[in-house]
Amino acid sequence: MPEAMESQVTAGTPLLSDASAVKIAARDVNVFYGDKHAIKGVNLDIKQNEVTAFIGPSGCGKSTFLRSINRMNDTIDICRVTGTIALDSGNVYDRSIDVVQLRARVGMVFQKPNPFPKSIYENVAYGPRIHGLCRHKDELDEVVMGSLERAGLLNEVKDRLDQPGTGLSGGQQQRLCIARAIAVNPEVILMDEPCSALDPIATAKIEELIDELRENFTIVIVTHSMQQAARVSQRTAFFHLGTLIECSDTEQVFTNPIHKLTQGYITGRFG
Amino acid sequence: MSTAENQMDSKTASAAEIRKRKIADVVNAGLKRRYAAERRFRFYGVAAIAISMIMLVVLFTTILGNGLTAFVQTRVTMDVVASAERIDPQGTRKREDLVAGDYQGAVRDAVLAMFPEVTARKDRKDLMELFSNGAGYELQRKVLENPDLIGKTVRVEVPVASEFDMLSKGYISRDVPEAERKISDKQIGWFDTLKSKGMISMGFNTTLMSSGDSRQPELAGLWGAIVGSFYTLVVTLTLSFPIGVAAAIYLEEFAPKNKWTDIIEVNINNLAAVPSIVFGLLGLAVFLQFFGLPRSAPVVGGLVLMLMNLPIIIIASRAALKSVPPSIREAALGLGASKLQMIFHHVLPLAMPGMLTGTIIGMAHALGETAPLLMIGMVAFIVDIPHTPLDPSTVLPVQIYLWADSPERAFVERTSAAIIVLLGFLILMNAAAVLLRKKFERRW
Repeated sequence: MPEAMESQVTAGTPLLSDASAVKIAARDVNVFYGDKHAIKGVNLDIKQNEVTAFIGPSGCGKSTFLRSINRMNDTIDICRVTGTIALDSGNVYDRSIDVVQLRARVGMVFQKPNPFPKSIYENVAYGPRIHGLCRHKDELDEVVMGSLERAGLLNEVKDRLDQPGTGLSGGQQQRLCIARAIAVNPEVILMDEPCSALDPIATAKIEELIDELRENFTIVIVTHSMQQAARVSQRTAFFHLGTLIECSDTEQVFTNPIHKLTQGYITGRFG
Repeated sequence: MSTAENQMDSKTASAAEIRKRKIADVVNAGLKRRYAAERRFRFYGVAAIAISMIMLVVLFTTILGNGLTAFVQTRVTMDVVASAERIDPQGTRKREDLVAGDYQGAVRDAVLAMFPEVTARKDRKDLMELFSNGAGYELQRKVLENPDLIGKTVRVEVPVASEFDMLSKGYISRDVPEAERKISDKQIGWFDTLKSKGMISMGFNTTLMSSGDSRQPELAGLWGAIVGSFYTLVVTLTLSFPIGVAAAIYLEEFAPKNKWTDIIEVNINNLAAVPSIVFGLLGLAVFLQFFGLPRSAPVVGGLVLMLMNLPIIIIASRAALKSVPPSIREAALGLGASKLQMIFHHVLPLAMPGMLTGTIIGMAHALGETAPLLMIGMVAFIVDIPHTPLDPSTVLPVQIYLWADSPERAFVERTSAAIIVLLGFLILMNAAAVLLRKKFERRW
């Protein structure tokens, strides 16, 4: 596949001019599942303290690309990644980077809320505990309460922290997962369609939360809803068949897309 | 319009019409058949359950019907003079001399005193057959406990010989001609005399639950086999659970997927299907011949049963690990847990009920296993109760096999009683499996 291996030309401004604002820099990233070429030569900068949305039709590789940022693809035996993804300045695929440390810096929220079958408190406390972030019980309590507060869940659960996290509603579970992710105080939070299993009210709450979290975290979100991308993100990247077709400021992508495919997708002609 | 066109027209029209008109009718026509098929299938299911329930009821009624009477025993209470001449002729009152005393003789004196009219040598011998040897042992036990009893009259309550136990339970009929039964009319007469004197009573068969094996049914008990089974299972459990679970975790979570692990996997599945007696031969060759471990010992039985159990536990544990939802693994990994932390903090707790169920079912299997234990000598006739896993011993199913093989009528009911005890333990273990499952089960 010689032509596929070449770097693709992406419309818009996938690379930022201000290098100091770049949190994640992906250069010539290819991902293979066995023989399948899932991501083809992606070059993309993700800006600090912004929300970057990945949109595109199903199977376009946006989740695959998201999961290669914190190396969740490592768990799949046949998956292979080439190119570099630099977090600040270190390539996450470098031998010197430990995957445990990487995932402490890059947290993740999944499509389906997946709290541990433990108490609400234990769910949030798990990350700080395994990384040894807190010396004392008081300190841990503070981190747990703070994370629940920041996830907008504290008022709803403060009387039942010892109840199982799986007993919460879907939207609450997803906010619990967000609280669990921010308890480790990561630099980046990856969200893989965090609202696809939620009703509109729960979705609205999560979107509000994402907007607040932007202050302290760099957020990358994969979404199927273009309205959601338009509402929460500052920059939007459009993927199609493993290729990054276009990436610009969100407003630009939705009001004045450059590429034909982007146009077709956001106007609902395919996808 | 040409005729051809006309035909076409009517064809399409009728097709459309059929589609419109008939869907409900077509569905309706088929409905009867569908429901009939469903009813038929339900009937097969009910019939299958009914047949298996009937079989179970037959099994349980036969075993209970045969075996329940073994839990009571006919006893005779008599006063025996613990005369010093019989028990301690030297008068030393030392333990080693007391042990050697002629307690059987003392019992004999007491019996003959009860029946002074019996004088012929042959009759006296027949008379003594009513009483089991247990009488002498009981007297010995009492005297050794309290040597002051010597010279006094001691009341002992002992089982009667098993034939007379059978007689009083109705298994031996008085209507059968004398020549065709083991006990003579005279003996029955003596037994009735004892009964009329109020010396015969029925009581719970403590011997059955507290003694080791014996050639005399009235003195035979299951305790030796129960202890042997316990030691065997302890050895099996302490070895096979950790080894099996560790192997399952490695194979499921860490091992690379290549042709070596494929071969190992196929062979584990094959091992689960190997006939158990082959494991017995292996144990004989490896543990007894090569390592020189003691014969008939629960430790060897436990090792053999561990080999037999390992594939079962590994397969059940792998299935349990596989059934843990990937979302939980992702959640842990996404937070930066290492693989080992993910397994021990999240996967293992969720897989535990499945693993425990598999293990307990494997242990229940091991408790009922007989064939491999025959090969390593656990079929020997052993009277003593084992004190350590290295002592010779037998196990419950082998005890059943041994008793089923014995000719005495009284062993028939004892065989069934042993089966009841074994089934009782199996039901207990399965109940434990259910309870553990309930306790550890978590929803996600």
